[in-house]
Amino acid sequence: MNAQGQTFVSDAILPAQPPPRNSVGVVGWMRQNLFSTPLNSLMTIVLLVFVIWAVTPFIRFTLINATWSGSDRQACLQSTGACWAYVKAYLPQFIYGRYPIDQRWRVDTVFVMLVIGMIPMLIPRVPYKQLNVLYLLACFPVVAFILLTGGNHRYTGGLFLGGVMPPSPLRFALEYAIVSALLLFAAGLFARLSGKPVRGSGRTLGVVLGCIAIVLVLFGVDFGLVPVETANWGGLLVTLVVAITGMVASLPLGILLALGRRSEMPVVKLASTLFIEVWRGVPLITVLFMASVMLPLFLPEGVTFDKLLRALIGVALFEAAYMAETIRGGLQAIPRGQYEGAKALGLSYWQMMRMIVLPQSLRIVIPGIVGSFISLFKDTTLVIIIGLYDFLGQIQASANDAKWASPVTGLTGYIFAAMVFWAFCFSMSRYAAFTERRLDRGRR
Amino acid sequence: MATLLNNPTIRGYAFQIAFVLVLGWFVWDIIDNTARNLQKANIAAGYGFLDRTAGFGIVQKLVPYTEASSYGRALYVGLLNTLLVAGLGILFASILGFIVGVARLSPNWLVSRVATAYVEILRNIPLLLQLFFWYFAVLRAVPGMREKWTLFGVFHLNIGGLHIPKLVLGEGAWTVAAAVLIAVAIMVFLSRWGRARQNRTGRRPPIGLLNTVVLFGLPLIAFFAAGRPLYFDVPVFNETGPLLRRGFQPDAGMTIVPEFVGLLLALSLYTATYIAEVVRSGVQAVNRGQTEAAASLGLLPRQILRLVVLPQALRIIIPPLTNQYLNLTKNSSLAVAVAYPDLVSVGGTVLNQTGQAVEVVSIWMLFYLGLSFLTSAVMGYFNKRVALVER
Repeated sequence: MNAQGQTFVSDAILPAQPPPRNSVGVVGWMRQNLFSTPLNSLMTIVLLVFVIWAVTPFIRFTLINATWSGSDRQACLQSTGACWAYVKAYLPQFIYGRYPIDQRWRVDTVFVMLVIGMIPMLIPRVPYKQLNVLYLLACFPVVAFILLTGGNHRYTGGLFLGGVMPPSPLRFALEYAIVSALLLFAAGLFARLSGKPVRGSGRTLGVVLGCIAIVLVLFGVDFGLVPVETANWGGLLVTLVVAITGMVASLPLGILLALGRRSEMPVVKLASTLFIEVWRGVPLITVLFMASVMLPLFLPEGVTFDKLLRALIGVALFEAAYMAETIRGGLQAIPRGQYEGAKALGLSYWQMMRMIVLPQSLRIVIPGIVGSFISLFKDTTLVIIIGLYDFLGQIQASANDAKWASPVTGLTGYIFAAMVFWAFCFSMSRYAAFTERRLDRGRR
Repeated sequence: MATLLNNPTIRGYAFQIAFVLVLGWFVWDIIDNTARNLQKANIAAGYGFLDRTAGFGIVQKLVPYTEASSYGRALYVGLLNTLLVAGLGILFASILGFIVGVARLSPNWLVSRVATAYVEILRNIPLLLQLFFWYFAVLRAVPGMREKWTLFGVFHLNIGGLHIPKLVLGEGAWTVAAAVLIAVAIMVFLSRWGRARQNRTGRRPPIGLLNTVVLFGLPLIAFFAAGRPLYFDVPVFNETGPLLRRGFQPDAGMTIVPEFVGLLLALSLYTATYIAEVVRSGVQAVNRGQTEAAASLGLLPRQILRLVVLPQALRIIIPPLTNQYLNLTKNSSLAVAVAYPDLVSVGGTVLNQTGQAVEVVSIWMLFYLGLSFLTSAVMGYFNKRVALVER
């Protein structure tokens, strides 16, 4: 069919043509992403104007017109920009509050210890995670408590030997020993009656009681540190103390509540559900009010908690309810077969939870836990309302200081606070997204 | 004995009995301590204090209230204020959140980036800080009582608050309201008729157009027929005259206190970021195949959105959305930080004056818990209705 000299089908592949000029490069990208339709073009232009209108004054205020140095309000009085000199002058207060200046190394040490513990914890590749957790959850809190408060706690006891002995550390020690002995005896009796090895259950309880005793002794030892009242704490220190204590305390409590809510025992289930729903149903402010005005009413005569501790209790209980729901999500995500397999192996309830279910479900909910930590971190600002000076509270208080009062001081303080909070929260949310992706990859 | 102790049923019972005993002892101890502490402080337990005279003023009230009113009345005023700020906050946050959430999915690069930036910035800054920013830094930097800033010619802002025209219901205003109700009834009827006709003949009557005409036409006719009973009472601003009479006149227009404006701004802008995320994930969760199939059936983009994507997305969106509404309502208790008289703020004042901590806290908890349970009940009903019906 192929007549000579006439080809209907080209036997050579045509060379590729360059794409139309306006579909590649910057122009192409803009056509595709900014000006694809008339409506899109209009939106782009309107939004561009808006962004310029919104961002220019911000940059002008924070950078171009800003005052960077000065010793008092005179530097900023005539300024139309941020007064960074004020932030510089107050930075120590923003971090430590009214913590005595010559004792601030203690706070610094705690910060450094925290960072040392957190960095390897957050990098998945670093080994020895169990030791790391032990350091963060046991070693760090004890040392931090001693360093921050000064330790040297005076125990007086009085739980049931009140009528027999005068208040003294000895009375407390005796009471602790009696309670421990009773507990150990009960555990031993129970083990013997139910035909289990007495050694096993006794040893666990003994180790726990011993550890508590060691910690209590450490709190009572005089390390020569000047005691610092919590009323003098402030700034970032209080923010971190409230956030981290709330977190660390709420995790075990949340696990117990989540297990309780999924328990087959109706009474336990009802109590856990009620607890969770009540705390989740009310705003944190009412919880803090409750902690500050009602908690003292609940306590027996003579027992008082300081303001920070009351706030901590309120925050921890509130957070525990949220944590419980997060963890419950993880528990529900574990296939039934895991529970059944564990039971078939003859594991007890707690063994099953400790060795099979919780390790898997806690790993799943890490992003959720980080998420609730972010909201806890933001919520710590509410402690201002019951009169504690956290990071934001310290800034709010200093803005009215006569030495630096100027029309721009308050705004500068808020922008600084916003940047710090944003940096913390944004990096945490990025970290949560990172773990989420990593977990997804692992499970696929 | 050993078998008895190892019997799971008996163990369960024993544990629960022990649990109840410990819990009961704990609760009893708390009640006992509280009673003793209250007695020592000479505070009578009970809600009798609600009838006593409050003696403090409240800057914003939706129902008549004076300093001579009772504590109970004060709390009622606070409750209404909470509902007002939460209701308006939910409205604004939803509008903004839906816009931003859809904008994040826009093919327009700038639109999606600006929306993302908005969400990522405002979500990661504490709400209280944003509230402080709006109230102390922005609303305190506005002009004084004798000056004003004007927006769009009708909104005026100064240190006294936001001054806006007030809608006045004159004589015969009820005819307009009745016209609106009738219009809605006609619209429902028209939509039903339209759908039935579409099912029968395959042709869709121009329901949208008819509905619009009815919705606006009928009230408009009623408005003019009744002699224009609705009008705006515009704020009056005196620039001259005796110094004390300058500025906005108290009897004209409507003044919204700055506390309310600040709280509403902070709540709406903050919650909108969460709503935007909810909306985005809901829309993204709808299978792409659904959009493509709808497009290949020849539906227009807006029909795809209205008839295919949204109904499916809403099923995913609504439960977390209600959660955000509830969060907004709970967060409105931050009012106490700027002294906006909401339930918690007024309650705090009452608590300080009377020392009735237990009672006031119980009122707070009752309100918020009631709201939570009501919402979850409504949600449960709703979920049952929209949940996928599978064979």
